Amino acid sequence: MKTSIARKALLAAAGIGVALLLGWLVTTQGPLAPARVTVAAAQKGPLTASTFGIGTVEARRSYALGPTVASRVLRVLVDHGDTVEAGQLLAELDPVDLEDRVRSGQMTVERTANTVLAARAQVAEAQSRAALATANADRIADLAAKGFFSKEAADARAHEARAARSAVDATQALLAAAQRDREKALSDLAGLGRVRAQARLLSPAKGVISARLVEPGSTVVAGQAVVQMIDPASLWVRARIDQGQAGGVRVGQPARIVLRSDPGSVHLGEVQRVDWVSDAVTEERIVNVGFAASAGPASVGELVEVTIVVSELPDALFVPTAAIKREDRRDGVWRVRNGRLVFQPVQLGIATQDGRSQVVAGLAPGDEIVVHSERALKADAKVKIVDTLGRDGS
Amino acid sequence: MINLASRDILHGWGKFVLTGVGLGLLIGLTLSMAGIYRGLVDDGVVLLDNAGADLWVVQRDTLGPYAEPSSVRDDAYRSLLGLPGVAEAGNVTYLTMLVSHAGGEARVMLVGFQPGHPGEPDRLVAGRPVTRSHYEAIADVRAGIALGERVRIRRHEYTVVGLTQRMVSSGGDPMIFIPLKDAQEVQFQKDNDALVNERARIAANPALNRPGVPGLLEAVQASQAASRSVNVVMLRLAPGADAVEVADRIRRWKHLEAYTRDDMNEILVAKLIATSARQIFLFLVILSVVSAAIVAFIIYTMTLNKVREIAVLKLIGAPNRTISGMILQQALGLGAIGFVVGKTVATLWAPVFPKYVLLLPGDAVVGALLVLAICALASTVAIRAALRVDPATAIGG
Repeated sequence: MKTSIARKALLAAAGIGVALLLGWLVTTQGPLAPARVTVAAAQKGPLTASTFGIGTVEARRSYALGPTVASRVLRVLVDHGDTVEAGQLLAELDPVDLEDRVRSGQMTVERTANTVLAARAQVAEAQSRAALATANADRIADLAAKGFFSKEAADARAHEARAARSAVDATQALLAAAQRDREKALSDLAGLGRVRAQARLLSPAKGVISARLVEPGSTVVAGQAVVQMIDPASLWVRARIDQGQAGGVRVGQPARIVLRSDPGSVHLGEVQRVDWVSDAVTEERIVNVGFAASAGPASVGELVEVTIVVSELPDALFVPTAAIKREDRRDGVWRVRNGRLVFQPVQLGIATQDGRSQVVAGLAPGDEIVVHSERALKADAKVKIVDTLGRDGS
Repeated sequence: MINLASRDILHGWGKFVLTGVGLGLLIGLTLSMAGIYRGLVDDGVVLLDNAGADLWVVQRDTLGPYAEPSSVRDDAYRSLLGLPGVAEAGNVTYLTMLVSHAGGEARVMLVGFQPGHPGEPDRLVAGRPVTRSHYEAIADVRAGIALGERVRIRRHEYTVVGLTQRMVSSGGDPMIFIPLKDAQEVQFQKDNDALVNERARIAANPALNRPGVPGLLEAVQASQAASRSVNVVMLRLAPGADAVEVADRIRRWKHLEAYTRDDMNEILVAKLIATSARQIFLFLVILSVVSAAIVAFIIYTMTLNKVREIAVLKLIGAPNRTISGMILQQALGLGAIGFVVGKTVATLWAPVFPKYVLLLPGDAVVGALLVLAICALASTVAIRAALRVDPATAIGG
């Protein structure tokens, strides 16, 4: 009988053990188990809100040099990468008949100079004639008054004198016309000279040739670029920032620039311009960020990542951004009270790039909140707090 | 009155327990198969749950975005937001692709989403949400990518900043979430060789590369590179809005297709995974039948092994009830051991499966009742055989 009791006890123990195992399996391994969550405390500390965008390196001062009229390219004197000074001849267009027209203009100027000389001589002659005729007329008029000459003869002389003076006026007018002709010819010549100068493409500033687009012999239309040059000291970044994040961006804010060609190093920069017009299609704001020092190995058109520091708070209350949930269109966090979940609406401030969100109202420092959860959370649900959640959940 | 069944079991308990464990493994297999079937359906359901949307707006006349390709202009959400009843809208792209990671390739579903809009993963098991508008990713733990690792997807490297759990496609592939603009680029922008070839092809076209029209070629080439499409616009409705009514309005006035949660469930569960689910289900039925047959055979042969003992019992005048009770109790005991072992092993090996195995408590209860019913049924055959035993065999042999 003793053995029988022992066996019965053994059987009962085995049965209880099996029942416990089943109970443990159902309550901890299946869908009936409480959701595991991790928690963190709301903390105070410095927060740096920044915004992120990608952009391309561009030259702020970029020059496309080409002719103002359709022409053929005669020579191109520079090549890609050449450093050029202001005023340096970069390319020349075929002047075609411009040289001949300049020579023709010079001859016209010379001819008009001679015309002016002839006109001056005519004026001198007419003045001399007028002086003689006036003297004769005065003398005859005196003698006629004393009765030595007829009145008729005196009138004839007076008329001659007036005619001679009119001739002076006429020759002076001719002289003036000849002088205007000469000025016109000079002006034409100067204009032709300028047209001729247009055929020479000169560098407007110190810079580097970024593209040689056309070779000698090609015909270009008015406005088409022959060479392009940039000012390497004026490289900056044209960054595209999502409109949703571009609110706090202002000129003068510090920025960090990372080049795609050199992802390991960070270049410092500064916001230099925030475009008034944003891109309506891509919903992005254009922000220009200048390099604080040299742009280094950056190439124009290169992809860069820009992080702009928008605001800094020295001592703010914050929680992990992963803890922020939206329930019924309200932001809030889940808190654990007596092992059960309670939703706590909060008012949010800035959020940082490393995943921390400022809490303006709704929490006190040290309040524990749910950060990660393996299932969707519902009010009043039971949860189990663990250190980390992962594939095996342990 | 001593219990004949327990006495008999204790007499040869090693054999009995071993038989029970063997039976248990078979039951565990059946329960796992049921779990695989449930998991397959659940993959489709969580895909919809995780989206957190009330309406899916896709290209007209398609069953997108999960069952068919769908393409919607990415500014369509603006006019959708203007409809009464629509509270929030989010553009989402889906692309199933292979991602190289740690020397191997993993099949993942790449999801492009807009942070703060429907389609965003709503809970993480580690890390933080995406805060930059480019080159950050959230991966499902099943993808096997650790927090902080960098993953190359086509042209760019993405830093994994957060991990999710049970964020899978309807096929069970883990999801990787990246910002929408990056996802559009991944989905629609060609590789460098294709881009260069395309540029050369356009440049060779005299209509698009006319001398005397500088800038035309560049303009045409630029217009080829941009992409402005998404696969679906997910809508969240204002409280009290009727999803069916809003969907009707979208179909009628926006010339897009709109599916409610019920419609999507129908498409996913009834159309997309219906065949594979039916396949598994049929296999489950066959497995159950085979298991039942094996249980019946085991109990039958167990009884036949005891013909001599039963004959002795009859000889000493034991009533038929006692003998049938012993066989029934042994059968039920075998079933109970089998079920406990089966449920335990199914639960323990479920996480090892590459795809999700969902063991529902309801299924387990039904399984337990079925096992006991089959055992009871099988024992009737054995009881009939036992009752027919001639007491003389106890002496004659």
